[in-house]
Amino acid sequence: MFNSSPIIVGLELGTSKVCAVVGQLSDGGVLNIIGLGQSRSRAIRKGEIVNASDVAEDIRNAIVEAEQMADVEIRSVYLGVTGGHIRGFNNRGFHSVVSADREIAPEDVHDVIKNAKAINLSAENRVVHVVRQHFSVDGQNGIADPVGMFGARLEVDVHVVHGQFTRLQNPIRAVKGVQIDVENIVFTGLASSLALLSNEQKELGALVIDIGGGTTEFIVYSAGTIKHTGVFAIGGDHISNDLGYGLKVPLPMAEKLKIEHGSAAVDDSDKGVAIQLPCETGLPDRTLQVGHLRRIMSLRVEEILELVNEEIEGTGLREYMRAGAFLCGGGARIPQIDKVASRILGMPASIGRTNSMSGLKSALDQPEFSTAIGLVKFGSFEQQKHLHRTGPLHALKSRFSQFFRVG
Amino acid sequence: MMTSPEFAPVMKALSIRVIGLGGAGVTLVGKLHAESPDGVRCAVIHTNSRVLDHSPCDERVLLGAKLLRGLGAGGDPDLGRAVAEDSAEQLKSLCSDTDLVVIVAGLGGGTATGVAPVLARIAKEAGALVLAVVAVPFDFEGQRQRQAQAGLRKLRGAADAVLCLHNQKVCQLWNEDTRALEIFNNANELWAQGVQGVLNILTRRGLIHVDFADLAAVLRGRNSESCFATVEAAGENRSRDLIEKALAHPVLDHGHALTEADALLVTLVGGPDMTIGEVNRIMDALRRQPEDAQFIMGASICEEFAGRLSLTIVAAKHAVQDIDQPNDDKPSGGERPGDPQIETQFLRPPEMESLSASRFVPPPPELTESKKSELFARQGGRGGKMRKTGSRWRQGQLPLEIISKGRFEKSQPTIHHGEDLDVPTYIRRGIKLN
Repeated sequence: MFNSSPIIVGLELGTSKVCAVVGQLSDGGVLNIIGLGQSRSRAIRKGEIVNASDVAEDIRNAIVEAEQMADVEIRSVYLGVTGGHIRGFNNRGFHSVVSADREIAPEDVHDVIKNAKAINLSAENRVVHVVRQHFSVDGQNGIADPVGMFGARLEVDVHVVHGQFTRLQNPIRAVKGVQIDVENIVFTGLASSLALLSNEQKELGALVIDIGGGTTEFIVYSAGTIKHTGVFAIGGDHISNDLGYGLKVPLPMAEKLKIEHGSAAVDDSDKGVAIQLPCETGLPDRTLQVGHLRRIMSLRVEEILELVNEEIEGTGLREYMRAGAFLCGGGARIPQIDKVASRILGMPASIGRTNSMSGLKSALDQPEFSTAIGLVKFGSFEQQKHLHRTGPLHALKSRFSQFFRVG
Repeated sequence: MMTSPEFAPVMKALSIRVIGLGGAGVTLVGKLHAESPDGVRCAVIHTNSRVLDHSPCDERVLLGAKLLRGLGAGGDPDLGRAVAEDSAEQLKSLCSDTDLVVIVAGLGGGTATGVAPVLARIAKEAGALVLAVVAVPFDFEGQRQRQAQAGLRKLRGAADAVLCLHNQKVCQLWNEDTRALEIFNNANELWAQGVQGVLNILTRRGLIHVDFADLAAVLRGRNSESCFATVEAAGENRSRDLIEKALAHPVLDHGHALTEADALLVTLVGGPDMTIGEVNRIMDALRRQPEDAQFIMGASICEEFAGRLSLTIVAAKHAVQDIDQPNDDKPSGGERPGDPQIETQFLRPPEMESLSASRFVPPPPELTESKKSELFARQGGRGGKMRKTGSRWRQGQLPLEIISKGRFEKSQPTIHHGEDLDVPTYIRRGIKLN
């Protein structure tokens, strides 16, 4: 049982929750979600750890829950990382093909990607992902795999996601502190997009916005590859904080009001509607105007979406995102956010669904879990790659199964 | 800057001796030596023989030659004081037959800080009036700054009048990239100008005459903050330029020192072409600055100043902190007259009643002796200040509204295009909820 069907665990250290999802890769290469564990996150602000010991406890709780549910022992995880320090940009690498017949060999591809990775990042930064976009051979663009083609000059476009080394190190240290290995770190925005988007949607071009508790990640796909990524260190926490400040209620109460009465838009029908606030201290109950609450909230939500819109404007890719925008994260639960998003972004927007996966379906098809599921999916891709490399038989098998699926 | 023969010094009898103490003092007096007015003799005193050797002054006194072997006091004021007491006779002879001794010293080091109070005392004992013109080091000089303050307190007790230049004020005018040498040179330059200006006040015969008594009256008993500056202007709009320059002068805190001053001495020097309109305009502008301060003005004509005007301002402010300090360093008495007595009137019940007959005034509370003295001290400090805040030239400041960031108070702020996104959106956009 142990090695025949390896388990893959995705762990997300979110600002509002720590979440572990256990997946199992069946023999046919199909990913099954078999377990889920979560615990309330107490010591993470804006996606980054502020108290390591509290975080360790939260991780332990989530992992234990997931282990019990899936009936497995978790030894290693794919860890989601985020934070305002993470940036994405596009880069291009060159390589001259030196072989006599000018046929491009796998080594050439390897070299050109290596060149593209050699980026002038400052010493404190570390690359999280290098995602290849397209190759071009002697000026011919849009080549997906140049191996076996002829050419003298090989170029590759890559998308690089990087962050500050020390700040990336903190979550890794926290996970290792509870005796769990980190297989790899994954930018949470990338993970969410893996969970939500099908290959067709990636080809059409799509935008994924993950509005979490402390951060908002966005990722732009076009022509099947990642074109742009980014993080803003604002999220649901900010909405609650705004409400707490504006309505003069304590933060837990603001959180509750947000969930019960919040909306991304202010309607005319909200005018004059009041909420009774129970008061434990014996003072007379307070009444709040729903209109005020929604006005504060809608301004913040609109601002978040406008910031993303600004970024997209800069890339000039709006016209290439024909599949539209997909929202996930806790923020996607805000009523009417899809309408507000389509208005601001100028494209159809909808709540993303993690339907490209089997297992525990009803429990997992929630916008909050898309990142953790995406982490498992990222892990499964890596495991399959790994199988390709290690066992020729496995490789052959999976390749065949791929052919069959395509056919 | 020689006085022209036509307007030869009136006070033939007044002999002034300028004594440079310590490194900075020796350098400065070396400069002044070349252009000192008539009747002014220069001397330098140091514990370091090498510094003395480089001075152009004729009269050089090496203190503690035996004890220190001419190597300096090593920044120890106690050592400086000790050698000065040791050679009291020598210092006394230096001060004899002199009406006024001007001590020029950069406080903070060993020699100047230690010797200056002793020299002032000896000069006074020898029958001379003592004016000390000292510089206090930059804030970054740390230990020296503390020593300087201690020395300054002692000096105030011993000298008739102390003029103090804060180097830090000079510093404000330049930015981070200015070379250090430039700053030091500039500080010295301002200092030299000021000393020169003060000497001119004392030696030049004036249309409206100002003498040492006036200077002493401005400085006496105002012990903490005094500053002095000299500005010059020429050309068509010289009177207006002169006022602007004076108000922008770094040592005068860009005019703040004037608005806050309790006593001002202003002297104007111009050529024979100086018009009464100019005098009027300048004095008027300056008089308006401190509304209720003691104001002494002087004006004199000097041929060399044809076509230009020179203004020397000495501004003094009440001491705030010294009143409630222990009396250790204070002089034996009579140095700080007046202030508390004047303030006591405000606490006297009959005065209060007569002032405000139309309003109801509650009777003053019963006070114990200690409480009273405490109140006097407080009034002496704040009373002066509160009067000043009404001045016209003060920029009003509104308290900045601080918006709590609540949950994000301690986390790294999210700044986007210079906007702090942690602050609620509706506040940043100024949207009213009602």
